Amino acid sequence: MRHPNSLLPIASSFLTMLVSCTLSRPPAALADGKLQVMTATTDLAALAQEVGGDKVSVESIARGYQDPHFVEAKPSFLLKLRKADLLVVVGLELEIGWLPPLIQQSGNPKIQVGASGYFDASRFARILEIPTGLVTRAEGDVHPLGNPHYWLDPENGLRIAKGIVDKFSEMRPAEADYFGQRYADFERRIKQAAEQWQAQMKPYAGRKIVTYHRSWPNFADYFHLDVVGYIEPRPGIPPSPQHTVALIGQMKRDNVKVVCVEPYFDLKTPNAIARETGAQVVVLMPSVGGEKEITDYFKLFDYDIAKLKQAFDSTK
Amino acid sequence: MKKFGILLVFIFFTVPAIAQKQSSGDTPSEATPSRTADSRVAALEEQVRLLAEQVAQLRSELSAMRDARSVPSSREPKILLTSSHVQPEILPAVSLPALSSSPEPPPSPPQAPQTQVYGGATSNAKLLNPDISMIGNFIGAAGPNSVVQTPSMELHESELGIQAIIDPYARGDFFLSFGETNVSVEEGYITFTSLPAGLILKAGKMRAAFGKVNLMHAHVLPWVDEPIVTNNLVGGEEGIQDAGFSLSRILPAPKNWFLEGTAQVYRGDSADLFRATTNKDVAVVGNLRAYKDLTESTNLDLGFSYARGHNFNGANFLTNLYDASATFRWKPLRRAIYKSFLFRTELIWSALDQPSATLPSLIETERAFGTYADAEYRLNRRWTVGARFDHSGRATNGSLIDNGFSAILTYWPSEFSQIRGQYRFTDYAQAGNANQLLFQFLFALGAHGAHPF
Repeated sequence: MRHPNSLLPIASSFLTMLVSCTLSRPPAALADGKLQVMTATTDLAALAQEVGGDKVSVESIARGYQDPHFVEAKPSFLLKLRKADLLVVVGLELEIGWLPPLIQQSGNPKIQVGASGYFDASRFARILEIPTGLVTRAEGDVHPLGNPHYWLDPENGLRIAKGIVDKFSEMRPAEADYFGQRYADFERRIKQAAEQWQAQMKPYAGRKIVTYHRSWPNFADYFHLDVVGYIEPRPGIPPSPQHTVALIGQMKRDNVKVVCVEPYFDLKTPNAIARETGAQVVVLMPSVGGEKEITDYFKLFDYDIAKLKQAFDSTK
Repeated sequence: MKKFGILLVFIFFTVPAIAQKQSSGDTPSEATPSRTADSRVAALEEQVRLLAEQVAQLRSELSAMRDARSVPSSREPKILLTSSHVQPEILPAVSLPALSSSPEPPPSPPQAPQTQVYGGATSNAKLLNPDISMIGNFIGAAGPNSVVQTPSMELHESELGIQAIIDPYARGDFFLSFGETNVSVEEGYITFTSLPAGLILKAGKMRAAFGKVNLMHAHVLPWVDEPIVTNNLVGGEEGIQDAGFSLSRILPAPKNWFLEGTAQVYRGDSADLFRATTNKDVAVVGNLRAYKDLTESTNLDLGFSYARGHNFNGANFLTNLYDASATFRWKPLRRAIYKSFLFRTELIWSALDQPSATLPSLIETERAFGTYADAEYRLNRRWTVGARFDHSGRATNGSLIDNGFSAILTYWPSEFSQIRGQYRFTDYAQAGNANQLLFQFLFALGAHGAHPF
């Protein structure tokens, strides 16, 4: 071992080791020929599955009951990302805390930001709450590009699906007809479902609600609900006593009887507020997979609407 | 929506034109010069009023379009689901979704001129600027310590991060570390992300992939200070941080195991650890990382590292370092922001060549061992408690052992700032005990990129 000047050979043997591993690796294309799609969230996975059918294999990084702002960039995700043909992201800086290092470390040129396999779904959706004027973090964890929780509007769901199906067809021109049919079918079903949802929610149009985080602007807009306050004093800032007191006062004045909470937030403050105001706390699912029975994009709305109806009916 | 917009713009351009025509038609019929002047003023006033209206309209148009910043309009007509919340009479003309939700015209903009719009129109000009962040690390200490002098108060580090995607093939990251009086490039490297066969190549100055602590910037350490073993055996806060190349790749592994190999070559100058006297005196670092998800909320992270370089005794003197680390994490996904637990330990062996104490012409190898173990528990969204146990020999004399224990309490007002207190007890070989209280304020400005897991 006493060869002080023999480090270069050691270094080169390291490199040889890595390169030889590389050469022995089987080609990237997978046996069953399915398009390998990774998505940041379960909702995008559900939409991709709707239009991709059995020609694609779809998996989401985040789980449906997980706060999509705070996903851990576990190396196990890299194993899937490095084989992906397409990565579908929510965008608008929702995943800024965890996705960039995953993309970079995946070593997969196809899904790097801006590459053909990087798909930002926000470009296809209607985005609300785009801040104008001065944006500072005095307002909490603001998203300068707009509210990233845009998938909770069936019209946006359809728009995203259209974007995805165009992408699929571009990547697999031979299957374009199949994807086109899947999309047409999805469009028919979602229009039908959306009409029913609208009808179910019609009696509650204009009802005032309070939500924990600003996760529901598109949902509230679509179903004509009026979000009058938030349990978080500012986005991403935990509840404070002063804000909670002010919110209770406001809820009493405005006669707000429903408090919606995402599954990943603590229920202590919402419950205290509900006790004080006679309101009901309802845990709504912002994403597919939030509960076991929410297995697709349709069931997400079915679930949330059922929960809301129940809450509205019991708090006349 | 686009058609509608064009129509509006057309109307608002033609209206003043017609008005102008009318006023110019009126002028010759006026008899006296004074009345002509009056009517001209009136016409001009009218024109100004119309222009002001136009500007207001265009502004509201613009904000409506900004709201609807989305899809190419050709796709739109297909995509309206139900017309139940869209006024039927405007449906054909309005094809963009923004108006489908708010059929009434958007509120007219404020009269006062906007001074500066961040995140709005002017930010478009800045879109290609890199992400810039500054992280302040203010620390202080109370209590005597004869071995390690920590100032009572110090802006220990101001880390300026500048990060961007360079081109379709690479990204660049710079981290400049400012002390109170000096500055150094902590890291500055290009990462090639689009190489064939999943290879990732970095070139520049960077922190070496040796163990766990060496890769961490000061502001992501879970403690105010570094473990004793880092100071005694791995070059202290600066650590192995040098100019060179790094090549890494995910390696084939048993199912559900993540295995990554990294090979690095450096010039051979790192703090007081490695010193290159000739161009051949490069240092090498190798790292193997194995990771497995045990369940959805628990995982195990193992690492093995090796580093070798020439030390301060001269070209004939080598230092070999070996590292084994293990991290266990628990974080329930439904309550990830409130509860988590982490246990981590790192074992480091050092073999340092130095002149023999008895016969200086001979080279003898001094072996030293050091370790730390730490645990962190997140109590709730804002508080974390932690503890660390330290034990390490010294690189030049492995039989001199320093031991230590720390208790750490951390408070997060938000994601972007952090306040930490640490009680540290150290039992130094030959220098007695030290009891100290350390504190730290960390604050982040701007868009600091995420750190690797």
